[in-house]
Amino acid sequence: AARGCGGLWRRAWQRGAGGPAPRGQRAVACNARGGAVPAGKSGLAPWVPVVGLEIHAQISSNSKLFSGSQVQFAAPPNSLVSFFDASLPGTLPVLNRRCVEAAVMTGLALNCIINKKSLFDRKHYFYADLPAGYQITQQRVPIAVNGSLSYSLCIDNKMSQMVTKTVRIKQIQLEQDSGKSLHDDTRSQTLVDLNRAGVGLMEVVMEPDMCCGEEAAAAVRELQLVLQTLGSSQAVMAEGQLRVDANVSVHRPGEPYGVRTEVKNINSIRFLAKAVDYEIQRQIEELENGGIILNETRAFDSKLGCTVPMRDKEGKQDYRFMPEPNLPPLILYDAKSLPANMNHQQVVNIDWIHERLPDLPSVKRAKLVEQYGILPEHSFALLNEDGLTEFFENVVKQTQMKPKKVVGWILNYLLSYLKQHSLTVKESPVSSFLLADLLNLLEKKEISSTAAKQVLAELWKGEGKTPLEIVREKKLELIQDEKELEQICQAVIDGQENE
Amino acid sequence: MLRASVREVSAALKEGHVTPTELCQQCLSLIKSTKFLNAYVTVAEETALKQAEESEKRHRRGYISPYNATVVQKLLDQGAVLLGKTNLDEFAMGSGSTDGIFGPVRNPWSYSRQYKGKSVPKSHSEDEESNWVITGGSSGGSAAAVSSFTCFAALGSDTGGSTRNPAAHCGVVGLKPTYGLISRHGLIPLVNSMDVPGILTRCVDDAAIVLGSLAGHDPKDSTTIQDNFKPFELPNLTDVSKLSIGIPKEYHAPGLSSEILALWSKAADLFKNAGAKVIEVSLPHTCYSIVCYHVLCTAEVASNMARFDGLEYGHRSDMNKSTESLYAATRREGFNDVVRGRILSGNFFLLKQNYENYFIKAQKVRRLIANDFVKVFRSGVDILLTPTTLSDAVPYMEFIKEDNRTRSAQDDILTQAANMAGLPAINVPTALSKRGLPVGLQFIGRSFQEKQLLTVAKWFEKQVKFPMIQLEEVKRHDRNVFQYQKSASFS
Repeated sequence: AARGCGGLWRRAWQRGAGGPAPRGQRAVACNARGGAVPAGKSGLAPWVPVVGLEIHAQISSNSKLFSGSQVQFAAPPNSLVSFFDASLPGTLPVLNRRCVEAAVMTGLALNCIINKKSLFDRKHYFYADLPAGYQITQQRVPIAVNGSLSYSLCIDNKMSQMVTKTVRIKQIQLEQDSGKSLHDDTRSQTLVDLNRAGVGLMEVVMEPDMCCGEEAAAAVRELQLVLQTLGSSQAVMAEGQLRVDANVSVHRPGEPYGVRTEVKNINSIRFLAKAVDYEIQRQIEELENGGIILNETRAFDSKLGCTVPMRDKEGKQDYRFMPEPNLPPLILYDAKSLPANMNHQQVVNIDWIHERLPDLPSVKRAKLVEQYGILPEHSFALLNEDGLTEFFENVVKQTQMKPKKVVGWILNYLLSYLKQHSLTVKESPVSSFLLADLLNLLEKKEISSTAAKQVLAELWKGEGKTPLEIVREKKLELIQDEKELEQICQAVIDGQENE
Repeated sequence: MLRASVREVSAALKEGHVTPTELCQQCLSLIKSTKFLNAYVTVAEETALKQAEESEKRHRRGYISPYNATVVQKLLDQGAVLLGKTNLDEFAMGSGSTDGIFGPVRNPWSYSRQYKGKSVPKSHSEDEESNWVITGGSSGGSAAAVSSFTCFAALGSDTGGSTRNPAAHCGVVGLKPTYGLISRHGLIPLVNSMDVPGILTRCVDDAAIVLGSLAGHDPKDSTTIQDNFKPFELPNLTDVSKLSIGIPKEYHAPGLSSEILALWSKAADLFKNAGAKVIEVSLPHTCYSIVCYHVLCTAEVASNMARFDGLEYGHRSDMNKSTESLYAATRREGFNDVVRGRILSGNFFLLKQNYENYFIKAQKVRRLIANDFVKVFRSGVDILLTPTTLSDAVPYMEFIKEDNRTRSAQDDILTQAANMAGLPAINVPTALSKRGLPVGLQFIGRSFQEKQLLTVAKWFEKQVKFPMIQLEEVKRHDRNVFQYQKSASFS
């Protein structure tokens, strides 16, 4: 798969008032074809955007990374804070085994080398939501390095042509989450909630192999699916379990990389694409107007659709990294290095974890394609919606209709209806049983495809009627009897003659 | 006050206009005088006053730890009665126990007949008050408490000698265990990679007993050893002919008093005459240990003190213009000069541009120092014998003429390396100086070989027969107790 898109950006908007969100051509220019637009042809010079990502995934575990307090979303403020989380003097960190396993699982799923010895460090800075005045992280030797993640994009706006890309994973490190601070400007105070302080995070660093918002979004979406499949993180962005910061720069082909900016405050995958694209455009505009790009941190404003400089980052921070003296090096074993007398409960065995990894999304998709003869893009759509694959497989089990046709009904009718009404698959008023029932009628040619759509519309009402009942009610049966058909046709012709 | 609303009385309690006990007493008193209303079936006067007392503790200014350190809990679980908390240098930084918020600690030997008998009064009017000597530090309070018979054992901490130093000056046994043997959970950290809880007692046997009740793995402290620890009894060593005692020549440090040098030599002869092998050894990197310690210690201090921002506990400044100004004011107000000085130094060493040259370098030197000991022990030496301090205790007035940093640098030189290497070490009171003050000698042992170390120390203790302190106060106290007992038996 091609690294980076090789495609180039063109300024496809007009010079003018220059609104905050250039509505230039989006992903179309950015694809694997790699076709450069020669400088002379359109009179516009090409730019190469470079996008890297830093992703923080909250580990799905019962307790925090270094203490026994509970991990829970939306609990009453400061109700899940142990003495260690509050940084009371004399308290010491104790590593949570489940968090280590989650990181190893994730590292293996992303084709990383798992470091059998990794170290913990302190990263110092003062902030109200960081009680100890430092964060425990892995700066020198993280738990996993040098992996990769493959993801797919559609080349055009239809779902018909997908291309696979790969982004390199630089490393995965274990670190503490911070608490939350809320600024109350009216009362000039800051409210601090330490429930989240100390929760385990996996920081996944993706190399700058991406070139546009769509690629970044697709990569993160795939990572999200991987994490959810492994169960190492629930990765729900809305609940802060997956946070993405983007590093963006642009440069001319053949020249060194440009100055990069960091974009934060991105709250959804959709906004990620927007933020990245906006920042790329902004940098290009700035440079073409003779300006320079500052190495700064910018926040994405979702209402305005633009990035703005973040006021509270003054100058470069020196984090004064220091080894964490209270945690010995983290030693992991594999089948070969595991000492004979060691209790399996006392160690983390990389091979043991590897053997128990579930099927990753890419494998699941391949299996769907092979088993059911559906197209790759269908398998993407099925996996992309929580519970949809299961729904599909249940329908297939209960109907004689070919899976290839079933998938069309599910993606075109069921899914669009769910989206229209903001329902999840679990909340669908039409169960797999009902849909299978309906498709069977269609398959047996008892109703036409048009009639089936009508029945489906009725089924959405969730009144508890079966497809057969609806068909009988609305008299939608296909008429097979030739004599009956003759009579109807005759009646129509007679009717016409009267006019 | 009783007519106030919940909100109002709450504010009054917080601001100290009324104490919980006062308020409780007011309520109880009114309950008594309105007894005719028959509203209460039970008045829990005792429990209410107890709860008021607890409330008072909570309202009191200053941080009171809501949890027990593992070592404290272990003692309590085994039935120990804890008499109180002892004085020290602030945050364990210092070698005099003179820089704490509660004032300096006085060495009980200042009031001993032995010292007073030897001191020359400068003038008739001068009282003994100005002549008192320091305990050494930083765990001076604990050493003084044990020395003056007010308790049978005390806990201290030892990062650069903070248990052994005051033990030497106060004439008690001070044990620094191997790093990782005793849990540090609940010990406010100074240098996490060197700190250990220290044990102070009046004899070596007692130190072994206390050690037995404290040592072993603690799941709350990831730096404690995993192996099971078995408490031991100290054998009564009679034959030292199989013992090899090492005398590190570098411990003949500049500033070592001739008295102590002579005593050290005498001790070496004692072993030799008893049949032990006594040889001179070399720990060549000893001279770098102080400067190495300063880099590593201040760096860790800067890190460990970062948590004191006044938000979650402890002193918080009234400055509230911004988070930054709150932090800055709180920390300036809450830390003394010594602590602030170390924080600034430490942050300097941890800066990106300095890290390699200072911190990493110091770590490398530390390994060299530790390796010196490994080599010597590997060559057949069992125990090292060194002085503990450069001189006997100095008078307070003289001690404060130099600043804390200078004093610490001077006084730590003989004790510091054992912390660098994580080795066990013990001060054994040996003899009285010309001024009538205690002088101790130090034994340093192999990692986790406390039994051997203490066995040798116990033998030595038996040989030297260090004199008991003759304190007027204690004599008087004993007499009173005796008299009381006498009268009681007649009633």
